[in-house]
Amino acid sequence: MIRDYSTGGRIARFIGLGLCLLITIFPLYWILVTSFKDPGTIFAYPLKYWPSDWSLANYRGLFEQSNFAVFLGNSLIVSLVAAAFATVISLLAAYVLARFEFASKGAVMGAFLVTQMIPGFIALGSLYILMTRLYLVDNRWGLVLVYVAVSIPLCTVMLRGFFENVPASLEEAAMVDGCSRLSALFRVLVPVMTPGIAASFIFNFVNCWNELFLSVTLMNSDSNKTIPAALNGFISSYNIDWGSMSAAAVLSIIPTMVLFAFASRYIVEGLTAGAVKE
Amino acid sequence: MALTETDRPVRQTPPRRPVTRRRQFTGRTALTLFLFMLPAIAFVGMFTYYPLANGISMAFRNYNLNDLSDTSWVGLKNFSTLLHDEMFRGTVKNSLIWVAGSLIPQFLIGFTMALWLRRKFRFRGAYQALVFFPWAVSGFLIGILFRWMFNGEFGVVNDLLMKTHLISTPVPWLADAKYAMVAVIVANVWYGVTFFAIMILAALQSVPEELYEASAIDGAGKVRTLFSITIPSIRTTLALTVLLRVIWIFNSPELIFGMTGGGPANETHIVTSYMIQVTQEGDYGRASAMGVMVVFVLMLFAIFYLLSIRPRKAMR
Repeated sequence: MIRDYSTGGRIARFIGLGLCLLITIFPLYWILVTSFKDPGTIFAYPLKYWPSDWSLANYRGLFEQSNFAVFLGNSLIVSLVAAAFATVISLLAAYVLARFEFASKGAVMGAFLVTQMIPGFIALGSLYILMTRLYLVDNRWGLVLVYVAVSIPLCTVMLRGFFENVPASLEEAAMVDGCSRLSALFRVLVPVMTPGIAASFIFNFVNCWNELFLSVTLMNSDSNKTIPAALNGFISSYNIDWGSMSAAAVLSIIPTMVLFAFASRYIVEGLTAGAVKE
Repeated sequence: MALTETDRPVRQTPPRRPVTRRRQFTGRTALTLFLFMLPAIAFVGMFTYYPLANGISMAFRNYNLNDLSDTSWVGLKNFSTLLHDEMFRGTVKNSLIWVAGSLIPQFLIGFTMALWLRRKFRFRGAYQALVFFPWAVSGFLIGILFRWMFNGEFGVVNDLLMKTHLISTPVPWLADAKYAMVAVIVANVWYGVTFFAIMILAALQSVPEELYEASAIDGAGKVRTLFSITIPSIRTTLALTVLLRVIWIFNSPELIFGMTGGGPANETHIVTSYMIQVTQEGDYGRASAMGVMVVFVLMLFAIFYLLSIRPRKAMR
């Protein structure tokens, strides 16, 4: 049994952890409170840490004065479709990488891992030219294709880790019973890996939802912009309307937070499994 | 908050069994497996590696979207232009400040948090989920949140500092070059602490309990245990986490974009945020040259870093 903390140590630990929690939560709290303040009271002294009357005016203003509903829809469609495709494609690749040995395996893994070291926007210019040639600039499906490609490497590495926790005898038995490899994969392996797959999907979704530079570069017209690209437009103006801005920020943070809360345990498992090997 | 043996189940993943039978395969199976791999390779090849290769070639060409009449090869001209560019040099300096200023506090605070979280307590799961939330938010949005908090007139940071009498007049955080870098680094530290805490906590939980018991029996104090048991046991994870973070912080201009857009007077531009600005201006040749330099320098750094931590590992 390890030594317990002394009373003093325990108090210090609780104060420390409490402070960390407070500081972590505060920025979110603050944007939330700002978004529910009456537009007139946002810029008023003294600052109110707890608004006396809550108001939805900022949210109403956001949807009335900008195409936020359109941006929200674009973000949803692009992220959902891209995350779904990326997850399925990664699942197939991860299965092969987890179960088989072949000559070029190291090269494939290496190529996937290298993309994690190099930021996605490093070849922004030439990607833009490629997309122009494919007539996919300012096109939501074009952005989906790019997001699928960006999501695949890390998703594959994560799923590969989950595959390694499932015995190969499972799908072998199914194949002896006459299943093809593909149907064994989807009928036998996928059901037992649901939490891991769901976590990977959520991880992809959140990353696509949050992506800024590719979207800013590839989407020009308002009707195609995702939320981050639209927010980038908002903050580029001289006078930022912090009322609408805070409402927009809250609306774009909430979905990812909810999803992450569900999946965080598995995501941490997937991400730290590779890194922690003592 | 009594810590008994029973409420602390040692939740350690068992050593990973080799569940995979790495089989030989031929013919039909090979074809199936190839088809399984194909979509992933095709996507990454087409939208990541092809633009990457093209981008590298652009670094050696005169390639400006605003004037595509001459896209000839110019050798190292883009690179030499950059090296003589005051603005670029400034961003290199800013990058170093940005990385060091963010990394060191992130590491120290994250490490402390992980140590505090190592021992189970009643709401630890909930606590972890709560402090985990910055992970779900993009750096860009974090930048926007902090842009609002550091607002010079109506920012809550100034308000709190004045309420606690740490400052007497509001500080124009993001409008003054002197303070802007401090503000973005504070935001980035806030953003990254949890990552360190989670990674280090995962590593800490893999340290065998017997080591601590032995050190307690030998009468080692807290500090001694930390430096003789804890840190050596997780050295590899610490080293790799730091490496990943250096690369990641260097490569993440999103927060800066959200918070200052590189301003005031380009004082908070780092190399990668400047690169994106140059891309947006259409000078793909110069932007690509910057990209090549970034990747090259980070690779060199990673190699030297890995080589320098290896001998110590062997000494254990």
